[in-house]
Amino acid sequence: MMNHSQPKGADYNYTVVRQFALTTVLWGIVGMSVGVLIAAQLIWPQLNFDTPWLTYSRLRPLHTNAVIFAFGTSALFASSYYIVQRTCQTRLFAPRLAAFTFWGWQAIIIAAVITLPLGYTQGKEYAELEWPIDIAIAIVWISYATVFFGTIIKRTTSHIYVANWFFGAFIITVAVLHIVNSMAVPLTLWKSYSLYSGAVDAMVQWWYGHNAVGFLLTAGFLGMMYYFVPKQAGRPIYSYRLSIVHFWALIALYIWAGPHHLHYTALPDWTQSLGMVMSLILFAPSWGGMINGIMTLSGAWHKLRTDPILRFLVVSLSFYGMSTFEGPMMAIKTVNALSHYTDWTIGHVHSGALGWVAMITIGSLYHLIPVLFNHGRMYSTSLINVHFWLATIGTVLYIVSMWISGVMQGLMWRAVNADGTLTYSFVESLEASYPFYFVRFIGGCFFLTGMLIMAYNVIRTVNAPQDSLPALAEAKAV
Amino acid sequence: MDYGTLQGIITLIVMLTFVGIFAWAYSSRQKASFDDAANLVFSDEESVSETNQQAINAGEHK
Repeated sequence: MMNHSQPKGADYNYTVVRQFALTTVLWGIVGMSVGVLIAAQLIWPQLNFDTPWLTYSRLRPLHTNAVIFAFGTSALFASSYYIVQRTCQTRLFAPRLAAFTFWGWQAIIIAAVITLPLGYTQGKEYAELEWPIDIAIAIVWISYATVFFGTIIKRTTSHIYVANWFFGAFIITVAVLHIVNSMAVPLTLWKSYSLYSGAVDAMVQWWYGHNAVGFLLTAGFLGMMYYFVPKQAGRPIYSYRLSIVHFWALIALYIWAGPHHLHYTALPDWTQSLGMVMSLILFAPSWGGMINGIMTLSGAWHKLRTDPILRFLVVSLSFYGMSTFEGPMMAIKTVNALSHYTDWTIGHVHSGALGWVAMITIGSLYHLIPVLFNHGRMYSTSLINVHFWLATIGTVLYIVSMWISGVMQGLMWRAVNADGTLTYSFVESLEASYPFYFVRFIGGCFFLTGMLIMAYNVIRTVNAPQDSLPALAEAKAV
Repeated sequence: MDYGTLQGIITLIVMLTFVGIFAWAYSSRQKASFDDAANLVFSDEESVSETNQQAINAGEHK
């Protein structure tokens, strides 16, 4: 597979892109399987089999780390290495360092898969990994930045395409966030204490946490969007001007939104209000990006009828628009008083994670894999279509059940009797949530089944004989 | 200068910077160079199929 002739330009380094693209599918299945398991545990607690390693509290961080840092970040490595080469029309800078980022990142993922079930954790959400792994992450990440920016510096084009701006912002900011939030005093090899304490620790953690969402799960994937949507639609981006304005607005605002995770806590009131206002303003640049992506299809809407890959990309943008409307709304303190600590938050996160992040990744991979392995198309277009419907239905089942469950929990928790006592005990609200937990579990099963179908389709495409998968005439010349 | 005044001035500078970026991005002088940049997605292909190229050229590219 490595010696196939490559298209013009052309001596792109696809090895590391192929590796990251394939591991994206693998880690997607692993991370989502753990997700489905813990969703089932919430309905049938016996599923932890009385084993410490299989308890919800240890598997939940494994799920989030696997889907964000193994699945999502592998996808970002693959697409950024691919896009930066093709839009700069040059080979990847420092190929050995690029290979190191692949093997280093996989080693970090394996370390997470081992240490999290064993219970080693810093106890910070999305930053659970203990200090030796944190140092490894910092080293791999700085190598990643070197490869990426090195490639931009040696580009043969005069412009730096907008997708690379988003990837660049994502790489720099994640480095800063990770290093600052992971500052800790090691006690032993697998135990450390945060350098910060009290409300400052909480603020640093959610400055990190929300910008992991803003830069890793948003800016990075917008980079993906700015390449694959125009490419798959066969039209340049709707408005390049809008992309510049919304880029600067997005990165300038996101960094302030973290306090909305700490409404009504020990955080100073003014900080909470600042976080709320910044989150509300963030709505504008978020929708700027969504509109720019969707409008790229103007004049090419008919392609949606025949091209399930484009459907993945456009529906992901719709979910992006939905969750970036929902997010600012939930950041309003009075709304947050109802939604916080309920399943609504979980629904919101998955509207972004399944609907936006996973769907744009899946669409991009279906475009990318035939190119990387020198085929005209995926092995089966109808299986892509099946995957599309499974993913869409799965996501909708997940978020609708969590909305209902979340609002119900919020209302039950705040209900008080005439004498001021609580109307419902916590257990009563939990009992009422069971039907929705079941619907969520079914939604997760749908989504995971789609990923398994994708894995089959990818394996058949990778192993297909040369020239057996010509590009569809329709797709080539509409 | 007290802290409040300083904050006000910083806010003003940040606002003007944003207005500046906006004006720069939407000035007509940048249009040609942005069109080139937008087409980077396609420019390394062996052959952009003819109809696609037409769509690209004809697209009311903002």
